[in-house]
Amino acid sequence: MPQIAQLADTWSSQVFWLLVFFGITFFVIGKIMVPKVMDTVAQRDGQIAADLAAAKAARDAADEQEEAWRVKENENRAAAQAIVAKAKDEAAAKSEKKLAAAQKRIDKKLADAEARIDEARTEALAEVENVAVEAAQDIVKTLAGVTVTKPVATKAVKEQMAHG
Amino acid sequence: MAADQAKVDPMKQFAIEAIGGTQGWEIAGFNIAFTNSAMWMLITTVVLFVFVLGGMKRELVPGRWQMMVETFTGFIDNMLEANIGKEGRKYVPYVFSLFMFILIANLIGLLPLGLVGIHPFTFTSHFTVTGVLAIISFSIVLIVGFWKHGLHFFSLFVPHGTPLPMVPVIAPIEFISFMVRPFSLALRLFVAMMAGHVLLKVLSSFVIDGTNAGAGFGALVGLPSFLLMIGISALEILVAGIQAYVFALLTSLYINDAEHLH
Repeated sequence: MPQIAQLADTWSSQVFWLLVFFGITFFVIGKIMVPKVMDTVAQRDGQIAADLAAAKAARDAADEQEEAWRVKENENRAAAQAIVAKAKDEAAAKSEKKLAAAQKRIDKKLADAEARIDEARTEALAEVENVAVEAAQDIVKTLAGVTVTKPVATKAVKEQMAHG
Repeated sequence: MAADQAKVDPMKQFAIEAIGGTQGWEIAGFNIAFTNSAMWMLITTVVLFVFVLGGMKRELVPGRWQMMVETFTGFIDNMLEANIGKEGRKYVPYVFSLFMFILIANLIGLLPLGLVGIHPFTFTSHFTVTGVLAIISFSIVLIVGFWKHGLHFFSLFVPHGTPLPMVPVIAPIEFISFMVRPFSLALRLFVAMMAGHVLLKVLSSFVIDGTNAGAGFGALVGLPSFLLMIGISALEILVAGIQAYVFALLTSLYINDAEHLH
């Protein structure tokens, strides 16, 4: 086994050159180069984290604006609905008023007409009575030869008419 | 007779040879010959450097290469954060270096470069190397532990909620298990890498010797061995990754002990 057989002759050379080359590896590669490589990685990670944070902030801002827009939109819609409702109420009130006025006029006309009808009927009845009275006087005069005064005849006719 | 003997020595791949007359290099009496082992450490360092360099384009939208490098740093970062917490991040340079150094060494050692005449050398199959790495990890644990907690660090050896009469028994056990850590850390990697390479070499010697012994032996021994080698090579790639991961994971767990005690 050369590791043991040559130990006495070679150990100092082995140790010396190992220290030299491992020393170079450690001080040049490990101490100077590796930190730069890791620095690059850290920079990249930082950049990615910053970009992600910026993207998140932008998204949050967009969400906020959308929410604000939604609130505003809802307000506008509510305002529009209020205007529509108001207009509807006003229109309804106006038409109701008009309807009421028309109704009133119609009622008045109806009442007038009814009054006139009543009058006409009363007049007609009075006419009928007069006619009946005259007829009764004529009939009595013709049949019995008795002249009946108008008030008596009227009374008799009224009695008869009241009995139907 | 020489032709009949096995030409494949499974241990030859672990032999260390000085390259280009550097045999005599010394510092303060210690030999520091530039060996094939040092050569593959250099190659590992260069490969790792190029790999990480490709990930330093610092683009906001990463390309494939940058993505790959970032995956590895992120993997180590996550492991440390999961095991240690926020304080774990300052160990990323060390654990990343450790993990990638071992991983690339393991993987490069497995490359079939022998086909083009280069002999790959897996320096993680030497306990001298894994031992040094383990000692570095263990030293970090000790330094961090004593730095953060002072002598209170010794309470690591008395798990929370231990009944008082049990303390004299538990504490030595905990102490031994603590002191064994660098050895288990070093030996695990060394043994795993060495065993895999020896196994592959032994099987390859079956293929070569079996085929040399005739068509019958070649079909009976060589072919199944070769198929087995393909499977074991795949397994070794997995082991290369797992052992690097285990080394880094255990290091981070030990550092967690030092950071938070129990």
